[in-house]
Amino acid sequence: MLVNLVMRLVKEKPLGTVGLVITLLLLLTGIFANFLAPYGMNEINLADKLAAPSAKYWLGTDNVGRDILSRVIYGARISMVVGLGASIMATSISLIIGVVCGYIGGKFDLIVQRFVDAWMCLPGLVLFLVIITIIRPGIWSLIFVIGVSWGISGSRIIRSATIVVKENVYVEAAVAIGCPTSRILARHILPNIMAPIIILFTARVPAVIMAEASLSFLGFGIPPPAPSWGGMLSGRGREFMFLAPWMAIWPGLALSIVVYGVNMFGDAVRDLLDPRLRGGVGRYGMRVKKGKKGKEGGDANQSSTTE
Amino acid sequence: MRAYIIRRLLLMIPTLFIVSLLVFFLVRLMPGDTVDAVMAATGGYVEVDRGMVERELGLDVPLIIQYGRWVGVAPQVDGSFSGILQGDLGTSWWMKLPVTELVATKWPVTLELGIMALIIGQLLALPIGVYSAIRQDAWGDYIARSFAIMCIAVPGFWLGTLVIVFPSIWWGYMPPIMLIPFTEDPIGNLKMFIVPAIILGMSMTGVTMRMTRTMMLEVLRQDYIRTACAKGLRERVVVIRHALRNALIPIVTIVGIRLPVMIGGSVIIEQIFSLPGMGRLMIEATIRRDYTLISGIMLLFTGGIVLINLMVDLTYGFLDPRIRYK
Repeated sequence: MLVNLVMRLVKEKPLGTVGLVITLLLLLTGIFANFLAPYGMNEINLADKLAAPSAKYWLGTDNVGRDILSRVIYGARISMVVGLGASIMATSISLIIGVVCGYIGGKFDLIVQRFVDAWMCLPGLVLFLVIITIIRPGIWSLIFVIGVSWGISGSRIIRSATIVVKENVYVEAAVAIGCPTSRILARHILPNIMAPIIILFTARVPAVIMAEASLSFLGFGIPPPAPSWGGMLSGRGREFMFLAPWMAIWPGLALSIVVYGVNMFGDAVRDLLDPRLRGGVGRYGMRVKKGKKGKEGGDANQSSTTE
Repeated sequence: MRAYIIRRLLLMIPTLFIVSLLVFFLVRLMPGDTVDAVMAATGGYVEVDRGMVERELGLDVPLIIQYGRWVGVAPQVDGSFSGILQGDLGTSWWMKLPVTELVATKWPVTLELGIMALIIGQLLALPIGVYSAIRQDAWGDYIARSFAIMCIAVPGFWLGTLVIVFPSIWWGYMPPIMLIPFTEDPIGNLKMFIVPAIILGMSMTGVTMRMTRTMMLEVLRQDYIRTACAKGLRERVVVIRHALRNALIPIVTIVGIRLPVMIGGSVIIEQIFSLPGMGRLMIEATIRRDYTLISGIMLLFTGGIVLINLMVDLTYGFLDPRIRYK
């Protein structure tokens, strides 16, 4: 199924393929950061501080003489770990709350959903600031905070999917023949809500990466000297950016490319998984009116889906 | 309609109650005792009695009574009732001023920033989104879609940093540090806010543009659009009056959904451009562990979000006459 999906992605979604490549690059850079980075992430060469990009330091150095390229490469590892970690946690929490609420329903669902309602009203970043101050900044607390917070708000999507699936006759049949609840959940509900789960997960990853960078930028994320892309743009280094503008460019560029790529990849996966969008929809409207021939077949497949 | 509004307002009560519980207890979980912070603030020169400070801050009573006092259902030390229900958010120990007074000078900045960002964002997003849908899969559409994704992918704090660093290197330009009040110099004030507002509105622009395009594509396939075209209406009329209006509801919804994200964004943007708004106040308060101020700001933000979500729901009725609230 996975190979099939990748094949379809490459064939039907050029932008999604670009996204896939960027996502893979992020993963590889993150995993092999030790081998790729020419210098250590906190290796200080005071003699070369604020050096412009050159053959020795491809992207220049910062105010204490650390190689920016190496720090950007190690930053990929942080983004990868936080992005995946928090997304896995968020999706798992959404799954538990969503399936339990959706399947049990009734008063229990009503009460839990009021808490979810209230939680969703709290402004995300401000909430993160407060919770992170409670549990001290750091990579694991970031994963925890973002994971729990978005896990709660994302449970809505899983809950509605569960409610839809629960109404199916085959679930009723399973109940009727005395199938235990755990088996119904694992065999009948879970496989049928896989699509929203995957969509939720892929949409979370770039958002988490962005949130981590924003929090680190504000000084509430991963504490220095760890090379978080957001953190590299803040703190003491900011005063030196006017002397060494390359300090301001690379971490943000890396972040933008990664968020772009993972977003595109996620979009493409969503389009491929959403049966509503599969196979293309008939095209009326402006195109036809303008006298251009409506396109059929494969092309309709590609269009109309990416937002 | 009126009955619907009243019912919605009543439904807000449990939500706001839970929010107040969440905010109060979350903030109280913060490490670093306020008393320690207060005593440290005296510089250690004055011998302060711990119990006295606790009494002064109202920390000597059980949490539940503290909560009751904060909400305004339990009497304060002097026997009076002054809490949220009475319109009093307490006193910030750090600034020694009532929270409401502190916030009063800050919220117009955040509001102006937010409204400008919203307006600029929609002014860009709607036309480009509509264009993108009409010229689906043409070059213009690809460019517009790439622009939308770029708006989402480029972090505001990076763009803000670039906007501050490069003009200053090239032209020696620095954004003003002091706030220029709108009443004194409207042009100067708008000049000061325009760049931060564009950057803040950017991610919203991207999201709305994509939503506009998707919805327009869906609506443009409807039979009534074909009918409208067939009876010879001009394209502009068909697109604006028949299609866009029917596509607007999800677009308005997404604006409501993105609002909390924008509040978070304004915290960052205010920090970068040193705009003295609620976001900066929030960060200061967090660093100083000022419980009352943090809870107050969070409560106000949340109240704002709840209210705007209600307004979003109410606009549906105006946008689509078929929706009548009973």
